[in-house]
Amino acid sequence: MSLTKTDKTIIVTIWNKIAPQADSIGTETLERLFASYPQTKTYFPHFDLSHGSAQLHGHGTKVVNAIGDAVKSIDNISSALSKLSELHAYILRVDPVNFKLLSHTFLVTVAARFPADFTAEAHAAWDKFLSIVSSVLTEKYR
Amino acid sequence: MVHFTAEEKNAITTTWGKVNVEETGGEALGRLLVVYPWTQRFFDSFGNLSSASAILGNPKVKAHGKKVLTSFGDAVKNLDNLKATFSKLSELHCDKLHVDPENFRLLGNILVICLAEHFGKDFTPEVQAAWQKLVAGVATALAHKYH
Repeated sequence: MSLTKTDKTIIVTIWNKIAPQADSIGTETLERLFASYPQTKTYFPHFDLSHGSAQLHGHGTKVVNAIGDAVKSIDNISSALSKLSELHAYILRVDPVNFKLLSHTFLVTVAARFPADFTAEAHAAWDKFLSIVSSVLTEKYR
Repeated sequence: MVHFTAEEKNAITTTWGKVNVEETGGEALGRLLVVYPWTQRFFDSFGNLSSASAILGNPKVKAHGKKVLTSFGDAVKNLDNLKATFSKLSELHCDKLHVDPENFRLLGNILVICLAEHFGKDFTPEVQAAWQKLVAGVATALAHKYH
Protein backbone atom coordinates (compact mmCIF):
# COMPACT_ATOMS: atom_id res chain seq x y z
CA MET A 1 0.00 0.00 0.00
CA SER A 2 1.45 3.34 -0.98
CA LEU A 3 0.12 6.86 -1.24
CA THR A 4 -0.87 8.32 -4.59
CA LYS A 5 -0.26 12.00 -5.40
CA THR A 6 -3.95 12.63 -4.83
CA ASP A 7 -3.84 10.89 -1.44
CA LYS A 8 -0.92 13.08 -0.39
CA THR A 9 -2.66 16.28 -1.44
CA ILE A 10 -5.77 15.32 0.50
CA ILE A 11 -3.77 14.32 3.57
CA VAL A 12 -1.85 17.59 3.68
CA THR A 13 -4.99 19.66 3.09
CA ILE A 14 -6.83 17.99 5.92
CA TRP A 15 -3.81 18.26 8.21
CA ASN A 16 -3.62 22.01 7.67
CA LYS A 17 -7.27 22.28 8.60
CA ILE A 18 -6.98 20.24 11.79
CA ALA A 19 -3.52 21.36 12.95
CA PRO A 20 -4.81 24.39 14.92
CA GLN A 21 -6.77 21.96 17.10
CA ALA A 22 -3.96 19.40 17.29
CA ASP A 23 -3.66 19.39 21.07
CA SER A 24 -7.32 18.83 21.82
CA ILE A 25 -7.66 16.37 18.96
CA GLY A 26 -4.86 14.35 20.52
CA THR A 27 -6.47 14.41 23.94
CA GLU A 28 -9.87 13.45 22.56
CA THR A 29 -8.34 10.64 20.47
CA LEU A 30 -6.83 9.12 23.60
CA GLU A 31 -10.01 9.58 25.64
CA ARG A 32 -11.96 7.77 22.97
CA LEU A 33 -9.33 5.03 22.86
CA PHE A 34 -9.48 4.43 26.60
CA ALA A 35 -13.30 4.58 26.69
CA SER A 36 -13.93 2.18 23.80
CA TYR A 37 -10.94 -0.08 24.34
CA PRO A 38 -10.21 -0.18 28.07
CA GLN A 39 -7.48 -2.77 27.54
CA THR A 40 -5.33 -0.01 26.03
CA LYS A 41 -5.08 1.55 29.48
CA THR A 42 -2.73 -1.27 30.44
CA TYR A 43 0.05 0.68 28.73
CA PHE A 44 -0.48 3.65 31.05
CA PRO A 45 -0.54 2.41 34.63
CA HIS A 46 1.64 5.36 35.54
CA PHE A 47 -0.75 7.96 34.12
CA ASP A 48 -3.73 9.84 35.47
CA LEU A 49 -6.16 9.12 32.64
CA SER A 50 -9.11 11.09 34.01
CA HIS A 51 -10.75 13.78 31.92
CA GLY A 52 -8.73 16.99 32.08
CA SER A 53 -5.55 15.30 33.25
CA ALA A 54 -2.35 17.11 32.31
CA GLN A 55 -0.66 13.81 31.45
CA LEU A 56 -3.47 12.89 29.08
CA HIS A 57 -3.25 16.27 27.42
CA GLY A 58 0.54 16.10 27.18
CA HIS A 59 0.53 12.65 25.70
CA GLY A 60 -2.26 13.42 23.25
CA THR A 61 -0.28 16.41 22.02
CA LYS A 62 2.80 14.25 21.56
CA VAL A 63 0.91 11.66 19.53
CA VAL A 64 -0.76 14.14 17.19
CA ASN A 65 2.47 16.09 16.70
CA ALA A 66 4.12 12.87 15.59
CA ILE A 67 1.33 12.36 13.08
CA GLY A 68 2.01 15.90 11.92
CA ASP A 69 5.70 15.10 11.49
CA ALA A 70 4.73 12.19 9.28
CA VAL A 71 2.53 14.49 7.19
CA LYS A 72 5.35 17.00 6.80
CA SER A 73 7.67 14.22 5.60
CA ILE A 74 5.02 12.37 3.69
CA ASP A 75 7.49 11.25 1.03
CA ASN A 76 9.70 9.64 3.62
CA ILE A 77 7.68 8.65 6.62
CA SER A 78 10.10 5.87 7.50
CA SER A 79 12.95 8.28 7.97
CA ALA A 80 10.87 10.90 9.80
CA LEU A 81 9.60 8.39 12.35
CA SER A 82 12.78 6.34 12.64
CA LYS A 83 13.46 7.23 16.27
CA LEU A 84 9.82 6.64 17.23
CA SER A 85 9.95 3.32 15.43
CA GLU A 86 12.90 2.25 17.59
CA LEU A 87 11.19 3.52 20.71
CA HIS A 88 8.10 1.44 20.03
CA ALA A 89 10.10 -1.67 19.10
CA TYR A 90 12.59 -1.76 21.93
CA ILE A 91 11.12 0.22 24.80
CA LEU A 92 7.37 0.61 24.54
CA ARG A 93 6.56 -2.63 22.72
CA VAL A 94 2.91 -1.75 22.26
CA ASP A 95 1.19 -4.70 20.64
CA PRO A 96 0.63 -3.96 16.94
CA VAL A 97 -3.12 -4.49 17.20
CA ASN A 98 -3.40 -1.24 19.15
CA PHE A 99 -2.22 0.96 16.29
CA LYS A 100 -5.42 0.12 14.42
CA LEU A 101 -7.47 1.08 17.47
CA LEU A 102 -5.71 4.42 17.85
CA SER A 103 -5.99 5.14 14.12
CA HIS A 104 -9.72 4.49 14.36
CA THR A 105 -10.34 6.78 17.32
CA PHE A 106 -8.25 9.49 15.62
CA LEU A 107 -10.49 9.25 12.54
CA VAL A 108 -13.63 9.33 14.70
CA THR A 109 -12.34 12.51 16.38
CA VAL A 110 -11.58 14.20 13.06
CA ALA A 111 -14.95 13.10 11.61
CA ALA A 112 -16.80 14.51 14.59
CA ARG A 113 -15.00 17.89 14.40
CA PHE A 114 -14.74 18.32 10.64
CA PRO A 115 -17.75 16.55 9.12
CA ALA A 116 -17.79 18.63 5.94
CA ASP A 117 -14.10 18.07 5.22
CA PHE A 118 -14.03 14.41 6.11
CA THR A 119 -15.36 13.18 2.78
CA ALA A 120 -15.15 9.54 1.71
CA GLU A 121 -11.95 10.34 -0.24
CA ALA A 122 -10.41 12.07 2.76
CA HIS A 123 -11.42 9.15 4.95
CA ALA A 124 -9.81 6.68 2.55
CA ALA A 125 -6.58 8.68 2.23
CA TRP A 126 -6.21 9.15 5.97
CA ASP A 127 -7.02 5.52 6.76
CA LYS A 128 -4.28 4.52 4.32
CA PHE A 129 -1.86 7.07 5.73
CA LEU A 130 -2.37 5.98 9.33
CA SER A 131 -1.99 2.38 8.27
CA ILE A 132 1.39 3.26 6.76
CA VAL A 133 2.42 5.20 9.88
CA SER A 134 1.46 2.15 11.96
CA SER A 135 3.59 -0.09 9.74
CA VAL A 136 6.56 2.22 10.12
CA LEU A 137 6.17 2.21 13.89
CA THR A 138 6.09 -1.57 14.04
CA GLU A 139 8.64 -2.33 11.32
CA LYS A 140 11.48 -2.99 13.78
CA TYR A 141 9.47 -5.21 16.12
CA ARG A 142 11.10 -8.39 14.90
CA MET B 1 -22.23 -12.62 25.37
CA VAL B 2 -22.28 -8.85 25.22
CA HIS B 3 -23.89 -7.15 28.17
CA PHE B 4 -25.03 -3.55 27.93
CA THR B 5 -25.49 -1.32 30.96
CA ALA B 6 -28.59 0.82 31.22
CA GLU B 7 -26.52 3.88 30.27
CA GLU B 8 -25.12 2.14 27.20
CA LYS B 9 -28.60 1.03 26.09
CA ASN B 10 -29.84 4.56 26.56
CA ALA B 11 -26.94 6.02 24.57
CA ILE B 12 -27.56 3.58 21.73
CA THR B 13 -31.33 3.99 21.51
CA THR B 14 -31.14 7.78 21.82
CA THR B 15 -28.63 7.97 18.95
CA TRP B 16 -30.57 5.48 16.85
CA GLY B 17 -33.75 7.50 17.20
CA LYS B 18 -32.09 10.36 15.35
CA VAL B 19 -30.49 8.32 12.56
CA ASN B 20 -31.80 8.57 9.01
CA VAL B 21 -31.45 4.90 8.19
CA GLU B 22 -31.74 5.29 4.44
CA GLU B 23 -29.14 8.04 4.17
CA THR B 24 -26.71 6.70 6.74
CA GLY B 25 -26.98 3.16 5.43
CA GLY B 26 -26.02 4.25 1.95
CA GLU B 27 -23.23 6.39 3.27
CA ALA B 28 -21.79 3.67 5.47
CA LEU B 29 -21.83 1.02 2.76
CA GLY B 30 -20.48 3.51 0.24
CA ARG B 31 -17.61 4.48 2.49
CA LEU B 32 -16.80 0.81 3.10
CA LEU B 33 -16.42 0.32 -0.65
CA VAL B 34 -14.34 3.51 -1.00
CA VAL B 35 -12.06 3.14 2.01
CA TYR B 36 -11.57 -0.65 1.65
CA PRO B 37 -11.92 -1.22 -2.11
CA TRP B 38 -11.37 -4.95 -1.80
CA THR B 39 -14.82 -5.18 -0.23
CA GLN B 40 -16.20 -4.46 -3.69
CA ARG B 41 -15.60 -8.14 -4.39
CA PHE B 42 -19.08 -8.92 -3.09
CA PHE B 43 -20.82 -6.46 -5.35
CA ASP B 44 -19.92 -7.29 -8.96
CA SER B 45 -23.56 -6.84 -9.95
CA PHE B 46 -23.77 -3.29 -8.63
CA GLY B 47 -22.54 -1.56 -11.78
CA ASN B 48 -20.37 1.53 -11.63
CA LEU B 49 -18.05 1.51 -8.62
CA SER B 50 -15.18 3.20 -10.41
CA SER B 51 -14.80 6.28 -8.20
CA ALA B 52 -15.84 7.58 -4.81
CA SER B 53 -18.58 9.71 -6.32
CA ALA B 54 -19.77 6.84 -8.52
CA ILE B 55 -19.97 4.60 -5.47
CA LEU B 56 -21.72 7.10 -3.21
CA GLY B 57 -24.21 7.98 -5.96
CA ASN B 58 -24.84 4.40 -7.01
CA PRO B 59 -28.53 3.55 -6.43
CA LYS B 60 -27.79 -0.12 -5.75
CA VAL B 61 -25.26 0.84 -3.10
CA LYS B 62 -27.80 3.16 -1.48
CA ALA B 63 -30.54 0.55 -1.56
CA HIS B 64 -28.34 -2.16 -0.14
CA GLY B 65 -26.93 0.17 2.49
CA LYS B 66 -30.48 0.93 3.59
CA LYS B 67 -31.25 -2.79 3.82
CA VAL B 68 -28.15 -3.48 5.90
CA LEU B 69 -28.72 -0.61 8.31
CA THR B 70 -32.42 -1.45 8.67
CA SER B 71 -31.32 -4.86 9.81
CA PHE B 72 -29.02 -3.16 12.29
CA GLY B 73 -32.16 -1.65 13.75
CA ASP B 74 -33.12 -5.15 14.85
CA ALA B 75 -29.93 -5.23 16.88
CA VAL B 76 -30.91 -2.02 18.63
CA LYS B 77 -34.28 -3.52 19.53
CA ASN B 78 -32.70 -6.75 20.77
CA LEU B 79 -29.57 -5.70 22.58
CA ASP B 80 -29.81 -8.58 25.03
CA ASN B 81 -30.20 -11.19 22.35
CA LEU B 82 -27.94 -10.43 19.42
CA LYS B 83 -26.93 -14.01 18.62
CA ALA B 84 -30.50 -15.23 18.26
CA THR B 85 -31.53 -12.10 16.37
CA PHE B 86 -28.87 -12.61 13.71
CA SER B 87 -28.87 -16.41 13.61
CA LYS B 88 -30.52 -16.72 10.19
CA LEU B 89 -28.51 -13.86 8.73
CA SER B 90 -25.35 -15.49 10.03
CA GLU B 91 -26.15 -18.68 8.15
CA LEU B 92 -26.91 -16.66 5.04
CA HIS B 93 -23.63 -14.74 5.16
CA CYS B 94 -21.67 -17.96 5.59
CA ASP B 95 -23.46 -20.43 3.34
CA LYS B 96 -24.80 -18.26 0.55
CA LEU B 97 -22.87 -14.99 0.59
CA HIS B 98 -19.46 -16.33 1.70
CA VAL B 99 -18.50 -13.14 3.48
CA ASP B 100 -15.37 -13.11 5.66
CA PRO B 101 -16.53 -11.89 9.10
CA GLU B 102 -13.67 -9.38 9.13
CA ASN B 103 -15.91 -7.37 6.80
CA PHE B 104 -18.51 -7.02 9.55
CA ARG B 105 -15.89 -5.40 11.76
CA LEU B 106 -14.81 -3.06 8.99
CA LEU B 107 -18.41 -1.99 8.32
CA GLY B 108 -19.09 -1.56 12.03
CA ASN B 109 -16.21 0.88 12.38
CA ILE B 110 -17.25 2.77 9.27
CA LEU B 111 -20.74 3.11 10.78
CA VAL B 112 -19.21 4.55 13.96
CA ILE B 113 -17.35 7.12 11.87
CA CYS B 114 -20.56 8.05 10.01
CA LEU B 115 -22.31 8.55 13.35
CA ALA B 116 -19.43 10.74 14.55
CA GLU B 117 -19.80 12.85 11.44
CA HIS B 118 -23.52 13.29 11.95
CA PHE B 119 -23.57 13.89 15.66
CA GLY B 120 -20.27 15.72 16.18
CA LYS B 121 -19.77 16.72 19.81
CA ASP B 122 -22.82 14.71 20.90
CA PHE B 123 -21.02 11.56 19.85
CA THR B 124 -19.01 11.65 23.05
CA PRO B 125 -16.36 9.06 23.96
CA GLU B 126 -18.96 7.33 26.15
CA VAL B 127 -21.56 7.19 23.39
CA GLN B 128 -18.91 5.93 20.99
CA ALA B 129 -17.88 3.23 23.47
CA ALA B 130 -21.47 1.96 23.66
CA TRP B 131 -21.65 1.85 19.87
CA GLN B 132 -18.28 0.09 19.57
CA LYS B 133 -19.68 -2.57 21.90
CA LEU B 134 -22.78 -2.87 19.74
CA VAL B 135 -21.00 -3.13 16.41
CA ALA B 136 -18.60 -5.69 17.88
CA GLY B 137 -21.58 -7.64 19.24
CA VAL B 138 -23.34 -7.58 15.87
CA ALA B 139 -20.16 -8.67 14.08
CA THR B 140 -19.75 -11.56 16.50
CA ALA B 141 -23.43 -12.53 16.19
CA LEU B 142 -23.19 -12.53 12.39
CA ALA B 143 -20.14 -14.77 12.56
CA HIS B 144 -21.61 -17.08 15.16
CA LYS B 145 -23.12 -19.64 12.79
CA TYR B 146 -20.07 -19.89 10.56
CA HIS B 147 -18.68 -23.31 10.01
